[in-house]
Amino acid sequence: MTTIGGELRASYAFVERNINLVKRYWGWELVWIAYSIANTLAVVLIALGVNSAVGARALDPGHVSRLVLFLAVGALVWHYLGVVFSVVSEMISWERWEGTIEYTFMAPVRRSTHMVGTTLFSFVYGLVHTAIILAVVVLVFDLDMRRANFAGATLVLLAGSLSLIGIGIMGAVLPLLYPERGPEMTHVIRASLVLVSGVYITPAEMPEPLRTLSYLSPATYVLEGIRAALIDGAGVAALAPTLAGLLVCGLILIPLGVRVFSWGERHAKRTGRLKRSG
Amino acid sequence: MNETLILRTPAADEMAASTVVASARAPAAMGPPAGAPLALEVDRARKVFAKRPGLAARLRAGRRGAARAEAARAVVAVDDVSFAVAQGEIFGLLGPNGTGKSTLIRLMSTLLIPDGGAIRVFGRDVVRDEMTVKRMINRVSVEASFFKKLTPMENLQYAARLYRIEPGAAHDRIVAILRRLGLDDRAIFAPMEDMSRGMQQKVAIARAFLTSPVILLLDEPTTGLDPHSKRDVQAFVREMRDTHATTVILTTHDMYEADALCDRVAIIDGGRFVALDTPAGLKRTIAGPDRSAPTLEDVFLALTGRALEEGAAPDPS
Repeated sequence: MTTIGGELRASYAFVERNINLVKRYWGWELVWIAYSIANTLAVVLIALGVNSAVGARALDPGHVSRLVLFLAVGALVWHYLGVVFSVVSEMISWERWEGTIEYTFMAPVRRSTHMVGTTLFSFVYGLVHTAIILAVVVLVFDLDMRRANFAGATLVLLAGSLSLIGIGIMGAVLPLLYPERGPEMTHVIRASLVLVSGVYITPAEMPEPLRTLSYLSPATYVLEGIRAALIDGAGVAALAPTLAGLLVCGLILIPLGVRVFSWGERHAKRTGRLKRSG
Repeated sequence: MNETLILRTPAADEMAASTVVASARAPAAMGPPAGAPLALEVDRARKVFAKRPGLAARLRAGRRGAARAEAARAVVAVDDVSFAVAQGEIFGLLGPNGTGKSTLIRLMSTLLIPDGGAIRVFGRDVVRDEMTVKRMINRVSVEASFFKKLTPMENLQYAARLYRIEPGAAHDRIVAILRRLGLDDRAIFAPMEDMSRGMQQKVAIARAFLTSPVILLLDEPTTGLDPHSKRDVQAFVREMRDTHATTVILTTHDMYEADALCDRVAIIDGGRFVALDTPAGLKRTIAGPDRSAPTLEDVFLALTGRALEEGAAPDPS
C-alpha cells in the first residue's frame, strides 16, 4: 500500500542523488559559486559608486547605506529564488544530459514524488548557496541590519518559494516537450522574471509595460515583503497580506504546474519525446 | 509441436513461396506453452510517429495541407502486433534497426502510449494500471544510462530507493550482485565514467536484477560487448529466469544469442511480425544454403529479403 511516508522516502532518492551529483561536480560548483559571488558584489557595488557616477553628492551616506541593503537583498533573494526555479525547471534537463530520463520515468514513483524530492533539494541547495554569498557580502559591505525582522523575511521567502516552484514545474515541461530548445526556453522564463520582478528597482519606477507585468510576477511581492522586513523592520502583522497573497498564489501555481506537467508527460509519451537526448 | 507462424514475407515473397514451409494463421495459435500463466499479452498493438512539418511549411500549406503532409510523413513503427508470453519464457524479438523492436519494448515499459490495441502485464493494462505495471518490470537498454559521475553503488542505491528497497538491505544486495557479475570492490565505489562499456552494461543488468522484476525487458543488452562480457550477461539472464521465474523479452541483432537464449523468437520487419516460433521451428522452415543446417540468419534472410546489418529507417521513437 502506498503511504505518504513511503512516497516521502522515495522522494529522498532525488535529494540524495542530487547531493551526490553536487559532490561529484564540485569543480563546477566552485565556479558557479564564484560567479554568483562576483555577480552579487558587482551589483551591490553600484550603490557605493552612485555619487561618483552622477558627479555630485546626490545621496548622503544614510541613503547610500540603504541602497546597498536594497541591492544586496534584491541580489540575494533573487539568487535564492532563481536557484529554486532553476533546480525545479531543470529536473528534466538533468535527466536528459545524463541519459537517465527513461529509467526515472519507468520507475514506480509518482511524478509528484519526483517533484517533491527535487523541490526539497532545491530549498537546501538554494539556502546553502545563498548563505555562502550572504557571508561574503557581509564581509565586504557594511550592511545596516539594525531594524531587520529576520523571522518575517524568512516567512516571506518560504511562502514565495511555493510560487516559484509552481512556475518551475511548468517550466520543466519545456525540456520534456522540446528536447533541443527546452532548456533555453526555461532560461528565457528566468530572465523575464528578473526583468519584471523589481529585483534591482522598485516596480513603480519601471517603464510600461514592465510595470504592469511586474504585478503579475510573484517574485515582485517576495522582494517587496523581504525588503520591508529587512530594511524597514516590518512585523509579521504588516507582512500578513503579502504572506497570504503568496500562499494563495503558491497553492494555485503548484497544482497548476503539476497539471501542466502531467499533460506534457502524456504528450511526450504519445509522441515519443522521452527518448531523445538534448 | 507448434508449426511456424509466417505472417508476412514483404521483400521475399517469391523466395518465401518456395522455401517457407508454413502458413499464416491467428497469432493465438502460436501462443506460449500451455500451463504457465501469461506474463505478457500484446493485443493488436500499434504505434505511429507523426512528423510535423516546420512552422513555415505549416503556414504555407494551410490547415488541411499541413494535416496531409503530416499524415504522409507518419512512420508506422509498430503495426498491429499481437503475441503472448508465458511466465518464465525468454522471448526474442529479432530484426534490423528501425523495424519497431525498441518501440515495442518502450510500449511495454510504459514509456510510450500505444495508438491502438492493448498491452497487459499479468492482466494489468500498461496505460490504465501504469504504476502497477511499473512495479513489475525493469528494462536494460543498449545504452547503459547512468549518472556517469556517480559510482555503481550510488546509482544502484538511487534505483533501490525508487523501487522502495530499504537502503541497508539494498547495500548488501548491490555488493553481492555486482560481485557475482565480476565487479571488484574498487569498481563498485568508483565513478562509472571510468568503467568500460561492458562493465557499465553489467551494472545495468545488476540494476534490473536488484529490483526483482517479474518481466525483464532487454533491449539489445549485449550490443557492443566483448565475447566474454556477452557470455556473462547471457548466463545471468538464464540464471534470472531459472531462479526467479523471470519472464524475459529480449531484442537483439545477434542471431546466435537469440538461438542460444530464447524459447521462442519473433522476427519483426516494418513494424510487423513476419514469423514466430521456437528457434528450431524457424530453422526447420527453410532449406539451408547448399543443404547445410540453416541458421536463424538464413531464416531472417528468407523472410525479409535482407541482412540484419542493412537495417531500415532509423527508429523514430
